[in-house]
Amino acid sequence: MFANCIDRFRALFLSILLLSCLTVPALAGPFEDSVAKFANDEFSDTEAAIGEVAASGNALASPIISALQDGRLSADPDSKKVFITRTDGKIVDAATGAAVDKLPDNAAAVRLNNRLRRTVEAALGGLTLLSPDPAKRLAAAQSVFKSHEENVLPTVESALAKESVKSVKQAFAEARAAIILFKSDASDSDKLDAVAVVKARGDQEALALLTALGADQPPLVANAAASAVSSIQSNLAMWSMVQNAWYGVSLGSVLLLAAIGLAITFGVMGVINMAHGEMVMLGAYTTFVVQEVIRSRYPALFDYSLLIAVPLAFLVAGLIGVLIERTIIRFLYGRPLETLLATWGLSLVLQQAVRTAFGPTNREVGNPSWMSGAFELGQITITYNRLWILCFTLAVFAILLAMLRYTALGLEMRAVTQNRRMAASMGIATSRVDALTFGLGSGIAGIAGVALSQIDNVSPNLGQSYIIDSFMVVVFGGVGNLWGTLVGAFTLGIANKFLEPVAGAVLGKIAILVLIILFIQKRPRGLFALKGRAVEA
Amino acid sequence: MTPHILTRSLDRAATAFVLIVAAIGVLIPLSNLLLPQGSMFQVPTYLVALWGKYVCYAILALSIDLIWGYCGILSLGHGAFFALGGYAMGMYLMRQIGSRGVYGNPILPDFMVFLNWSKLPWYWYGFDKFWFAALMVLLVPGLLAFCFGWLAFRSRVTGVYLSIITQAMTYALLLAFFRNDFGFGGNNGLTDFKDILGFNVQAEGTRAALFLLSCLALIIAFLISRAIVASKLGKVLIAVRDAESRTRFLGYRVESYKLFVFTLSACMAGVAGALYVPQVGIINPSEFAPANSIEAVIWVAVGGRGTLVGAALGAVVVNYAKTFFTSGPLAPYWLFMLGALFILVTLLLPKGIVGTFNSWWEKARHSSPDADSAAREDGIGAPNAAE
Repeated sequence: MFANCIDRFRALFLSILLLSCLTVPALAGPFEDSVAKFANDEFSDTEAAIGEVAASGNALASPIISALQDGRLSADPDSKKVFITRTDGKIVDAATGAAVDKLPDNAAAVRLNNRLRRTVEAALGGLTLLSPDPAKRLAAAQSVFKSHEENVLPTVESALAKESVKSVKQAFAEARAAIILFKSDASDSDKLDAVAVVKARGDQEALALLTALGADQPPLVANAAASAVSSIQSNLAMWSMVQNAWYGVSLGSVLLLAAIGLAITFGVMGVINMAHGEMVMLGAYTTFVVQEVIRSRYPALFDYSLLIAVPLAFLVAGLIGVLIERTIIRFLYGRPLETLLATWGLSLVLQQAVRTAFGPTNREVGNPSWMSGAFELGQITITYNRLWILCFTLAVFAILLAMLRYTALGLEMRAVTQNRRMAASMGIATSRVDALTFGLGSGIAGIAGVALSQIDNVSPNLGQSYIIDSFMVVVFGGVGNLWGTLVGAFTLGIANKFLEPVAGAVLGKIAILVLIILFIQKRPRGLFALKGRAVEA
Repeated sequence: MTPHILTRSLDRAATAFVLIVAAIGVLIPLSNLLLPQGSMFQVPTYLVALWGKYVCYAILALSIDLIWGYCGILSLGHGAFFALGGYAMGMYLMRQIGSRGVYGNPILPDFMVFLNWSKLPWYWYGFDKFWFAALMVLLVPGLLAFCFGWLAFRSRVTGVYLSIITQAMTYALLLAFFRNDFGFGGNNGLTDFKDILGFNVQAEGTRAALFLLSCLALIIAFLISRAIVASKLGKVLIAVRDAESRTRFLGYRVESYKLFVFTLSACMAGVAGALYVPQVGIINPSEFAPANSIEAVIWVAVGGRGTLVGAALGAVVVNYAKTFFTSGPLAPYWLFMLGALFILVTLLLPKGIVGTFNSWWEKARHSSPDADSAAREDGIGAPNAAE
């Protein structure tokens, strides 16, 4: 039975061989000839085969060479046929890609020595340089830039000549420059050009490459490299400033978002709402609930979850705000210290209520697809969620400002703020305006919670981490002035981020707190103080 | 309002308070030490430590009442002075451990050895001597309060602004003390104390003595506060509380009065912290948490703002309730209760327990024939709610 089987196989094999012999004249091209060289069991032939296969551009080139690297490439010295054992165990003919049932009995793995292994690695790198996928080509070019292996230079050059995608072409040019820079026999003028190319790249890796260049270069090149290093360094310092500024603006937008509702309740109404942070937390939990419902019922709507959550969070936090104003705060007008204590108690109750309802641990709030990811701008990376939060904050600020300025409610709010009794005499229902103002401030805090749920942990303590910062922003910016809040938030955000690299995150924050405490001594009513009689109210 | 009537009435209220505290201070340790264990009247050692804690809180509440109840300064950072006093005492206790620590280093506390520090930082010098540590307990909070108050009061930072920046102060200290390289044990703080003045901290006798000392400190703090409040200085403070601008226009240097009482109050809080640490056995940065300071304010509000007895009473009542509820099955509801306490006291009981009782008592006396100028006696009663 077994012998029979072998016989049948042999017959099959012979027929295939015969067939292939017959077809060889028709198919045999340079690629097949090159592949056949692997079967010669000579290192020199193998090396030549690697070079030819790699340069062929054939789709099988990459599998062949990676199989060679892993010892999965076998050759039959008699038939000069070469086979790949794929990682899943199937066997294919290396020259044609046709599936083969079984390796021939006398097939043996193609041998490698250390020198050949390096050739194989370089060839593989070169192969991905020629990959049809631009992303792969780009990655390969980047890795060549870092490794600057001399022997891939021809491949890089041919790839550079063929490349049509602009960013990849740029990467190839830089890779080529890196190789030339480290090539011992390159001419000075080539090297100078290379320095210029690397300098134009101007990032941390270019800096590393140039500093690694060493002192054994011709003086002209060494000088050019040194000046390139210093120019890249100053360029990088500039970009790190930009980066810090962006982080600062981003932090500032978060602070502004958290503080803007407080600017209404504390700034406009003069009510100290220590439960403000809890309104933010309620907004974040509203987002969580909205996302849970969407996940379980309408998963297709997930990308719109935040758009749905924003009005809901405004309503939830706003209604709770109105409720608080009607039941607690209206009895405490004119007694700011008592208001502070009562709202602090309220914040404890709200926190504990959320802890009881949702548990004390962080809840998962997802990023919609349009808020995840990042893009590069020069040397810095900007994440979409931070960018959207900045836009969102500015939009909320603008809407609020317009509302106070142009709507009837805004007019009434300002009137009540400036002179309560006069406003009441003019027929404004002051207590209604109070409730609505407080609801507005709380609602905006709820909206802030929607945005903050994207970058912070949604837990019952979410609000507490913002309350002190928010008060700092409002007090620093000046009470009763929305523009002051804007300036205060961005100033504190940027100052914080510029202090952080110098002093560390915690010391930076302490320094900011101390600076604010000192600043308040200088300007007890904040940056943009209200002038006139309102001050003593 | 003759001085005679004033002192007589003060004596009556104050004497009762002092006598009660003194009796507690003597009786509890005695019953703990002398009566056999398991006896009905024997106070277990853990209760001595617990009540010692309450007494320290009462001193803290007294210090807050002195500035809030009588001068209108609402400090939301008094926990910081308390904690600083505690750290000063903790540093002394750390140095007393000597070579008995885990790493056996005779000079460096364990956490410094752990951080690979080779020598003691300069600000730890001198804390191996008790008199120095005791001085620092008063000096460090006092100095911080003096600098802070000097800056704040001189530039007329008042009301909620002051409250918010005191909160920022304690928050900044919280962040700083959490850092390991700040040299105060970071997260874990100072603990594993062994001896105080050569006596074992854990021993029953030491605990009883500490309790007695805490009661004594409460009495002294009370008497000092009472003396200040009853003096002419106290009248100016109340004037500042009720109408700061008017007082200034009358020619008083408002900021000097405020600064004096603020600094004194910080020193009192520091002493409270220093007595607290050996009884609790640990001091860590969470004592700086702004929430702690606000909680201390509510003790005063519950007991009665502007009544010294009320502040002490409020601290004990609220903390007793806290211990009672957080150790039972009602633990998850404690924060609801504490929160509700804040709201209800400010809304319904603005004068606190003692203040409400006082006004009820006055009414009762007014209706009786021998009511003599009772209203004026209580000129230092509950503050004007409109402030």
